[in-house]
Amino acid sequence: MHIPDNFLSTPVWVALDAISIPAAGLMVRRAGRDVEDTRIPLMGVMGAFVFAAQMINFPVGLGTSGHLVGGALLACTLGAAPAALVMTAIIAIQAFVFQDGGVLALGANVFNMAIAGVLAGYLPFQIWGAGRWRKQAIFVGAFLSVLVSASLALSELLISGIAMPQPVLLLSMGLFAISALIEGAITVSVVGAIEKLNPGFVRKAEASNGRTLAMLSGAAVVLGVAGFVLASSAPDGIQKLALQLGLTTKSSFHGPFADYAVGYFDSPWLRRATAGLAGLLVIYGICAAVGKMIARQRSA
Amino acid sequence: MTPLIEVRDLSFQYEDGARALDGVSFTLLPGETVAVLGANGSGKTTFVLHLNGTLRGEGNIQVCGTPLTKETLPLVRSKIGMVFQDSDEQLFMPTVLEDVAFGPLNMGLTQTEAIAKAKSALEKVGMSHALDKAPYHLSAGEKRRAALAGVLSMDPDILVLDEPNTFLDPPGLRNLLHLLKELPQAKLIITHNTHFALAVATRAVFFEKGKLVADGGVAEIMERFDWTYAPADDLRYSAQRRF
Amino acid sequence: MHHVLVDRWSRGASPLHALDPRAKILSLAVFLIVLATTSANAVVPLTIDAALLLAGILIAGLPPGTLLIRAMAVLPFSLTFGLISWLAGDSLRAIGLIEKSYLSSVAVLLVVSTTPLPRLLGGLESLGAPRLLVLVAQFLYRYLFVISEQAQHMRLAAASRQGIPGAHRRSRFRAAAGALAVLFAHSYYRAEGINRAMLARGFSGKFPLLKPLRLKFADGLFLLAMAVFLVLVRVQ
Repeated sequence: MHIPDNFLSTPVWVALDAISIPAAGLMVRRAGRDVEDTRIPLMGVMGAFVFAAQMINFPVGLGTSGHLVGGALLACTLGAAPAALVMTAIIAIQAFVFQDGGVLALGANVFNMAIAGVLAGYLPFQIWGAGRWRKQAIFVGAFLSVLVSASLALSELLISGIAMPQPVLLLSMGLFAISALIEGAITVSVVGAIEKLNPGFVRKAEASNGRTLAMLSGAAVVLGVAGFVLASSAPDGIQKLALQLGLTTKSSFHGPFADYAVGYFDSPWLRRATAGLAGLLVIYGICAAVGKMIARQRSA
Repeated sequence: MTPLIEVRDLSFQYEDGARALDGVSFTLLPGETVAVLGANGSGKTTFVLHLNGTLRGEGNIQVCGTPLTKETLPLVRSKIGMVFQDSDEQLFMPTVLEDVAFGPLNMGLTQTEAIAKAKSALEKVGMSHALDKAPYHLSAGEKRRAALAGVLSMDPDILVLDEPNTFLDPPGLRNLLHLLKELPQAKLIITHNTHFALAVATRAVFFEKGKLVADGGVAEIMERFDWTYAPADDLRYSAQRRF
Repeated sequence: MHHVLVDRWSRGASPLHALDPRAKILSLAVFLIVLATTSANAVVPLTIDAALLLAGILIAGLPPGTLLIRAMAVLPFSLTFGLISWLAGDSLRAIGLIEKSYLSSVAVLLVVSTTPLPRLLGGLESLGAPRLLVLVAQFLYRYLFVISEQAQHMRLAAASRQGIPGAHRRSRFRAAAGALAVLFAHSYYRAEGINRAMLARGFSGKFPLLKPLRLKFADGLFLLAMAVFLVLVRVQ
């Protein structure tokens, strides 16, 4: 979900950098208002915690395991604005130290994950966190935080003109939905365990955090959901629109898969599915092989 | 001689009602090195945290003649240098130099003055080579010394050390001992290590269940509270008590 | 672990290491922007950019093989999308994605490997990054190593207690959650300890930051040279 440099077209990354700077500034100011400098060590240490937490594997079946992303967890324990601040610091360090996500794309990644993702994660907790549905609220929050960030990232890539035939798109959305479910499960589990250690660790959900925050959270969710819907239904439409708006450079869509994509809707389901599956297997194979090679190098 | 620290009737209760300190009275004179002894949970650390205002209980505390109140906290904190047990929590700045300069900068010194004080403190503890190093690259002994430099740079009159011997191997312990003996400040040292206490302290106080129950020579107190200080293989004492 | 290696590299001594972080940050920004706006089939400018990076690696005294391999972390992502773009007929973008995202990754790694992160953060702050954000990032980095090691130990401890793999997935899940909760609590109490230490040394509410040194002539010259060179290459 961390978008590297040179994926987004220039108008897109510039626009997102321009949006993120005041947005992050707003979060920083809010966080600074609620807490004085004495909270800085806590926020920093919690950021380090999230990093380290991503190393712990949660078995989710079929021999795979997931790990915590952490936006919703931070929101439930530190509050929305501090959580956004910490996530921004995390994303910055990921970009610089680990080259996970681009530097020019920092605006996009911060917007997707630290702002929209955290706000979307906090909203259900704020609304339902005080009552019987607390666990469900936490689950939905964590689920939304991942789904919203991922959908926004996908939409930004599409608007930038990155080609994405239907099967890849559906697979991506499917993977995002699964990661979102995993995040929900892990977050609920961890928050529960944390509360058992010390109930004071988890915030009491208060609606008193202001209408601005609630509105921003609502906007984040709407944005994310809209992105999801848009991306899954009309990728070609988005690209045409992007071309018209000059957001992406003209490119001619020729090649073996191009006709396939056009004749897509007339093909019977089976042909579609097999072709899609073949493509996915190839992609998965490449990812897995290169990923393993890198991982081996990096954990040396 | 005016006492550097004067504590009268200090009591402290945790939120859950547990009495951590009960009517503790204590005096520290210039030039003394006092070992603070007692079993785990007896109140040693709680007591010491009151001296610089980290915890606030009932009773009277005077440091260098100044009564400890909210207003006098900054002054008191410049007079008492506290070295905590966990050096990683104490060395929180990116480099050793920045960390040791933290105290002087907080006291209002200019950047040049603060850096000068930091460098001199680091020299005193033998860590001048580590100015630009990051704390996580230091060994346990080096971290301990850097933390000590961090309080020395504030020119305190009193040093308080909470179990400074933890994580140190015997050579590290020897180094620390020599260093402490060279420092002119009055010292209050919490420790479990009997050899260390005997070697460094002139006087000892013993805490038991929040009360200060004894005050005298180190060897005399250790013999009196034999149960606490008998060596691990002493079979007269069974392992009944919780640990 | 990756950050341990990068941290070690960043504490070297070379002309690049000695440059002011602001000069490096701004040069990096120029490089990335120029690269982003360079067309994927402009072979000459791209080759020159790559050569520039390689020269930087050598001047900095960093091992080129290891560094270039570590920068490949971006490749799974870019190769995937590159392949898709290629198959969708957009071969130009495909090549562009792969080569340019890799070059960007190398450039960032080069800068971070020649500048200790706290100094980099200090540079960002004097260039206008919010103070609170920089301080949080600084503390994060300071305790990243310590807490990662703790997590590593927990992972080992859990693995050594592992029974039959695949058995009782739910209990392993819950055990992992428990481990995270413990790590959380440790981190929280550690933060409290840090606060105690801060207060004991007279902390009065605002963090005193050491002001950065002034830019030297060499730094300004480097930045100017970089900017002019890169723009010329691009415009060619």
